[in-house]
Amino acid sequence: MTRMFLALIAGGLFGAGLFISGMTDTSKVQGWLDVFGNWDPTLAFVIGGAIIPMAIAWLLTNGRKPVVGGEFPSPPEPKLGRNLVMGSILFGIGWGLAGLCPGPSVASLSYGGWPHWVFFAAMLAGMALAPLARAQLDSAVPAE
Amino acid sequence: MLNTIPTDWLYGLGGGLLIGLGGAVFLLGNGRVMGASGILGGLVDGSGKSNMAERLAFLAGVFLMPVLLYPMFSDVDTHATTNIAVLIAAGLCVGVGTRLANGCTSGHGVCGFSRLSLRGIVATVFYIMAGGLTVVLFRHLLGVI
Repeated sequence: MTRMFLALIAGGLFGAGLFISGMTDTSKVQGWLDVFGNWDPTLAFVIGGAIIPMAIAWLLTNGRKPVVGGEFPSPPEPKLGRNLVMGSILFGIGWGLAGLCPGPSVASLSYGGWPHWVFFAAMLAGMALAPLARAQLDSAVPAE
Repeated sequence: MLNTIPTDWLYGLGGGLLIGLGGAVFLLGNGRVMGASGILGGLVDGSGKSNMAERLAFLAGVFLMPVLLYPMFSDVDTHATTNIAVLIAAGLCVGVGTRLANGCTSGHGVCGFSRLSLRGIVATVFYIMAGGLTVVLFRHLLGVI
């Protein structure tokens, strides 16, 4: 139960932050990516603000356990694969096209209107297709 | 002093702190990395069956807080495109891409960057460069968005 409650609180803070920071406004996201146009630096303030509590949280994991028990996630292998690079490029293309990424997409569903539902549905379809895409890539060229 | 800083930047910083606080609660409380694409994707492809309720509770928070905040703010406009082809193509790219890369702006960007994860930093550099080039191409050269 504590786990559900903390997840709801974490999600609520995340959703509130996305709403207040303006990150559900696609023009602010595209404005940040648009370095050759009317550049909008807001996103840098958002990421900068988010990294501060998060970096402190990572420091606090040292020698501790999560409140609900278990272990903290171990650092990922510093391995850079094709899937990481190709996936990130594909994600960046979609992010630039619509100005939306997964978090803000969920946060804006209630007030963004139908375009946000179309994007959300397509994103879920893409997530459902991802294992297939990964298998195709791996059979074409082995990852290692 | 405050008059010289654009209000959007202050809201950005304040909102960013809340985003980081959410990630801190999820990490220190539940021992989990707050990544929106991973939480959603695990529900979609079935890989997150074992902790489905936790994922749904998190997403409920993300969805519901803006419902509560919306009436308190005026002039909220998301300026989303109404071009259906662009929306579908963008959604598909984001869906496949984030799952292939195992993370998006929250997982790789906020959580990865803050622990100086090489994967998170590399992913962030690539999706920002790809996003920047996409906006240049589709806005300034093709005029689609």
